[in-house]
Amino acid sequence: MNQPLGNRLSGLLRRWGRFLVGLPPYAWLVLFFLVPFLIVFKISLSEMQAAIPPYKPLLAWAEDGVLQLRLNLGNYRYLLTDDLYAVAYLNSLKIAAISTVGCLLIGYPMAYTIARAPKGNRNALLMLVVLPFWTSFLIRVYAWMGILKSEGLLNAFLLWTGVINEPLQILETDLAVYIGIVYSYLPFMVLPLYATLEKMDLSLLEAAADLGCRPFRAFLAVTLPLSLPGVIAGSMLVFIPAVGEFVIPDLLGGPDTLMIGKVLWAEFFDNRDWPVASAVAVAMLVVLVAPIMVFQRYQSKAVDS
Amino acid sequence: MVHQPVRQQSFAPWNDPEARPLIRIEGVSKSFGTFVAVDKVDLDIYPGEFFSLLGASGCGKTTLLRMLAGFETPSAGKIFIDGVDMARIPPYERPVNMMFQSYALFPHMTVAENVAFGLKQDGLPKPVIRDKVRAALELVQMGPFAQRKPAQLSGGQRQRVALARCLAKEPKVLLLDEPLAALDKKLREQTQLELVNIQDRVGITFVMVTHDQEEAMTMSARIGVMRAGLIEQVGTPVEVYEYPATSFVADFIGTANMFGGVVTADAASHVVVRSPELERDLSIAHSGTLPVGAPVTVMVRPEKMTLSRDEPAADWNWVQGTVSDIAYLGDISIYHVALASGRRVQVSQTNLRHGSEQRLTWDDVVYAAWHPANALVLTQ
Repeated sequence: MNQPLGNRLSGLLRRWGRFLVGLPPYAWLVLFFLVPFLIVFKISLSEMQAAIPPYKPLLAWAEDGVLQLRLNLGNYRYLLTDDLYAVAYLNSLKIAAISTVGCLLIGYPMAYTIARAPKGNRNALLMLVVLPFWTSFLIRVYAWMGILKSEGLLNAFLLWTGVINEPLQILETDLAVYIGIVYSYLPFMVLPLYATLEKMDLSLLEAAADLGCRPFRAFLAVTLPLSLPGVIAGSMLVFIPAVGEFVIPDLLGGPDTLMIGKVLWAEFFDNRDWPVASAVAVAMLVVLVAPIMVFQRYQSKAVDS
Repeated sequence: MVHQPVRQQSFAPWNDPEARPLIRIEGVSKSFGTFVAVDKVDLDIYPGEFFSLLGASGCGKTTLLRMLAGFETPSAGKIFIDGVDMARIPPYERPVNMMFQSYALFPHMTVAENVAFGLKQDGLPKPVIRDKVRAALELVQMGPFAQRKPAQLSGGQRQRVALARCLAKEPKVLLLDEPLAALDKKLREQTQLELVNIQDRVGITFVMVTHDQEEAMTMSARIGVMRAGLIEQVGTPVEVYEYPATSFVADFIGTANMFGGVVTADAASHVVVRSPELERDLSIAHSGTLPVGAPVTVMVRPEKMTLSRDEPAADWNWVQGTVSDIAYLGDISIYHVALASGRRVQVSQTNLRHGSEQRLTWDDVVYAAWHPANALVLTQ
């Protein structure tokens, strides 16, 4: 009696097992990405009102039992009419792009050094790269305020050595934002670069040397192109969150540092204009989807070959 | 195999005292920490030679090859290539090219770009590079695959591209690190002969590292048998098989029956050896002199013996035993004969006669016999 039941159960498990294993990630994405996104998207299509919640519902009962759907595209049109948004988007892209290049220039030599270090030391070095994560992000950014401000550590040091005669204004400039982003996102650049550089077949470099190629040219002709997937992965991991960064420009940047994250904050909390804020968020997602798609295409191409 | 007898008769610069070696290795050692990988090796390799370094893994053959390429620096000793001391010459300036065991093809470049890579480093003009790439790919019959990426090729094709990439540079010496190890048996045998033919045609000196003695025998003009960082013997395939210098070489190359014993008498043309494993003393042809009582090893190859139920002629050496195993391989059969002492002897017999009827069978009491001239006395 037990046997057939057991068989039926295992048959059921076999049929549904694959589905059950796949369920949590899909459920996660639906619950914590798709649903919130749809809510934000819905709010971006509504009108503002001074109430709680601070927007009008999309669906409303009109007279005679007619259900009305009111879609308000005005918020998106508003984004186009006031060039504050376009400037903020472009500035965010610019700051993210420059920071990404900065991360790459600092992160590549780091990743390369770790990947070519003796095997026993590599994990310890990687640990050091990840170590700052053990301190709160916010505290680390505050620490940079202490370093960069007029009477901060950096200026005190430079004044003491006599390199400068009066303190440099670094805090509350774009430069401080670059420093903050490069510092905070560097591990995201180093880790994927390390992964590609570490698995590279070193006999390829020997082959290059054997064929008459000097070490630096071998780096350009062999190492660099083969580490391109890591360069792209690392750049995406830095660039995408950097575009929407809010804390760093807010704490380290000045009033002129216009980034879309700050604008978003202002719309939500200062203006309490949730519909426009939501439209800003949706537009930002669209702006970021393009580089993500490029990344995906490159990844699938790399997998194919 | 057609080419080999011809070449062996005409090509033997190592016997010519006037000949200048292309590669001269003088007292070269290499140690990694306390491990001595290569131990005071002396070796001359001549222009146009196909030389093989043969040995088990860890014997130092690959380290020696990598020192020729410049990837490892000798701890002691000197390497000369074409008369030039290589001590301070980096890999990218050496007149040698190496074919890697993994082939080390650049995965992001096409076949043609791979072959062109070395030529570009020399700064040759583009049309010259194009012609040389085409010629090299034609030589290994890979012309139609010029635009493919290495990932789109089979193992055998990759091996050809790696060879073409080296040959295109027209080096003085081509180093081959287990070039055929990654190929399956059939392809390997076919490629062995092809490599030798290509080497004949281009006339470049080949130095190959292999652990496969059959491969070394088939392809090489000379073989250097290595063990534990030392070269045990250098010789032609015939020399290392028929006249192994040590019992290690005798055992490593082919199959050998070896009997330990002591010299009991030394005549002008032969010695008499008594072995505790055998009932009869052995008489073995030997031209040198050996003191009575000297410990020696007598080596007989399985194919140099005959098997019969009848007692052999008095001047032959023989051992008596029972057939314990027969391996029928078609062309030959290998018989394992168990002696009274418990020792087993391998004898191979050509199956001359057609048919399924076996002359000898299990548990037959037989004599395994060999002529004194067909065995060897080894002192090491």
